[in-house]
Amino acid sequence: MKILVGYKRVVDYNVRIQVKPDGSGVVTDGVKLSANPFDDIALEEALRLREKGVATEVIVVGIGPADLTAHLRNGLAMGANRAIHVVTADAVQPLTAARVFLKLVEKEQPELVILGKQAIDDDANQTGQMLAALWDRPQATFASKIEIADGKATVTREVDAGLEVIEAELPAVITTDLRLNEPRFIKLPDIMKAKSKPIDTIEFGSLDVAAHDHLKTTQYAAPTKRSKGVMVKDAAELVAALKQKGLL
Amino acid sequence: MSKILVIAEHLGGKLNSSTARAVSAAIAVKAEAIDVLVLADSVDAIAAEAAKIDGVSRVLTIARAENAHPLAAILAPQIAKAAAGYSHVFVPSTTFGKDVGPRVAALLGVAQVSDVMSVEAAHTFKRPTYAGNAIITVEANPAHTVVATIRSASWPAAATGASSAPIEALSIDAALPTHTRFIELKQGSSDRPDLQSASKVVSGGRGVGSKENFDIIFKFADKIGAAVGASRAAVDAGYVPSDLQVGQTGKIIAPELYMAIGISGAIQHLTGIKDAGTIVAINKDSEAPIFEIADFSLIGDLFKLIPELEQAL
Ligand SMILES: Cc1cc2nc3c(=O)[nH]c(=O)nc-3n(C[C@@H](O)[C@H](O)[C@H](O)COP(=O)(O)OP(=O)(O)OC[C@H]3O[C@@H](n4cnc5c(N)ncnc54)[C@H](O)[C@@H]3O)c2cc1C
Ligand SMILES: Cc1cc2nc3c(=O)[nH]c(=O)nc-3n(C[C@H](O)[C@H](O)[C@H](O)COP(=O)(O)OP(=O)(O)OC[C@H]3O[C@@H](n4cnc5c(N)ncnc54)[C@H](O)[C@@H]3O)c2cc1C
Repeated sequence: MKILVGYKRVVDYNVRIQVKPDGSGVVTDGVKLSANPFDDIALEEALRLREKGVATEVIVVGIGPADLTAHLRNGLAMGANRAIHVVTADAVQPLTAARVFLKLVEKEQPELVILGKQAIDDDANQTGQMLAALWDRPQATFASKIEIADGKATVTREVDAGLEVIEAELPAVITTDLRLNEPRFIKLPDIMKAKSKPIDTIEFGSLDVAAHDHLKTTQYAAPTKRSKGVMVKDAAELVAALKQKGLL
Repeated sequence: MSKILVIAEHLGGKLNSSTARAVSAAIAVKAEAIDVLVLADSVDAIAAEAAKIDGVSRVLTIARAENAHPLAAILAPQIAKAAAGYSHVFVPSTTFGKDVGPRVAALLGVAQVSDVMSVEAAHTFKRPTYAGNAIITVEANPAHTVVATIRSASWPAAATGASSAPIEALSIDAALPTHTRFIELKQGSSDRPDLQSASKVVSGGRGVGSKENFDIIFKFADKIGAAVGASRAAVDAGYVPSDLQVGQTGKIIAPELYMAIGISGAIQHLTGIKDAGTIVAINKDSEAPIFEIADFSLIGDLFKLIPELEQAL
């Protein structure tokens, strides 16, 4: 069984995001970039399925500019068998990303596609669901536990009301939540080994994917700041203050 | 003019308040019609509740056995068909809406606007990105249906009571897949107020130290009639179940009072509470980032301070 894994590069979660003064975007020059944390979790899960003998091949996919190669090498160093780099200099919206994934699915015929539930830059939380719709296959979003047996995935999902368990026939799309697993760290020798692993490069233009322009981002703004409040000296003062505001 | 279809969220035969919040966003679009669509196995009680929401023109229902549980693969084809003739489809930005919304959008071949915080014009919206650190203005192409998820914390629930919209059954001819099946929902049974709609929330973090210690938080919350929340660190450590997580990747909430106890105030946590009315922080570290945004800050050991708070009540 082959597994396709989304492996998006994003601004590292520790970076303090700054909106550009002219509102045209956020500052990304010289900022640390890393794998989307949810995609590290997706890759880790795929690797564990391979180690258990459930999967035979794990392929990481990145859609982005030419310099994405170094990022994809990290995915290979973590343990993926190979990488696919769909090269585009343009920003890709989730529907377009899903259409790209569908093309790769048709080519690679995976039994499972594991994506992050959201990318922490745009926080869109869409790509996996859109891919499942276009592919006409099951989706199991926000997964915190995955079991594969008898051509089915039994997935525990973190939903607002608690934990939901669903069963999905393969092939299927799964998106990861934080508690699915703890990704392994990349070891130095693996970085060396990854240098010889293949990265297929595909030009976005050659995939015949309709790039659509349904959404246009016209402005970026910093959020309104909460002003700093007051320090209270003890519990009694806090309770009095909250009572005065009618909150207790 | 806009015609908006709002997808009702419900559980156990009851309408979720996220639905009336999505109706508020539809009202902000100044739509000429706002219809609420209820998909369930038995729709009557839910539809009757939805009909009372002010601003709703009609309640449409699709009653099918397959709709007993909210499986996106089964609901999306029905919603996509029902969407014909509407300019907008709104779903709440809860795990329900986040799951089904993009599937509907893809079936319609359109983009989705996620987490709408404000409506600037019929096709122009504001939404948060980068864990709420950058608010973007997004323009959708008016030539296409807009599918959007509505960020519950940004919208008050539309009032109920005065109106009674007509209820009509829809017959939708959609082939439904059998490849996805519901097995079970493990719900933390709780008599406490619901975290997402509570007016007061008391949250504990890693500082609480253990599952046993978390009882202190639960007891205090019960004393003041608050819901209980937690940081990711507290959930990861197994102190409380995952549905209590507040933050970028947990629940986004806007209670009138939020008390963060033993929580440092990581940006991913703060994203979940930025619309709270009053934020109280209790932490023993005077440098904790949570104090930067708290309205009332109290420095000290939570194990000493919580009993003192209970005394002072
Ligand atoms: C200058 C600029 C302008 C932009 N303008 C817009 C805009 O107007 N509207 C807009 O919606 N977005 C815009 N984007 C963001 C857009 O390019 C996002 O990458 C895209 O919207 C996907 O959103 P997401 O990653 O949040 O998707 P999500 O649905 O949150 O991603 C979920 C998962 O899908 C997979 N995935 C998604 N994208 C990729 C990828 N590129 N490579 C590998 N895996 C992937 C990953 O597994 C990821 O975890 C802009 C970006 C830039 C840099
Ligand atoms: C992709 C991603 C998504 C994330 N999503 C979320 C999310 O949705 N929600 C979320 O919360 N986090 C999220 N996080 C995690 C976040 O970055 C922090 O790690 C987390 O919020 C820390 O939780 P905490 O404040 O409880 O723990 P800590 O940061 O360890 O803070 C514990 C605090 O308790 C205080 N303390 C200790 N003992 C006492 C005592 N006796 N009395 C008083 N105070 C005490 C300490 O001074 C400290 O400030 C995410 C991270 C990533 C990478």
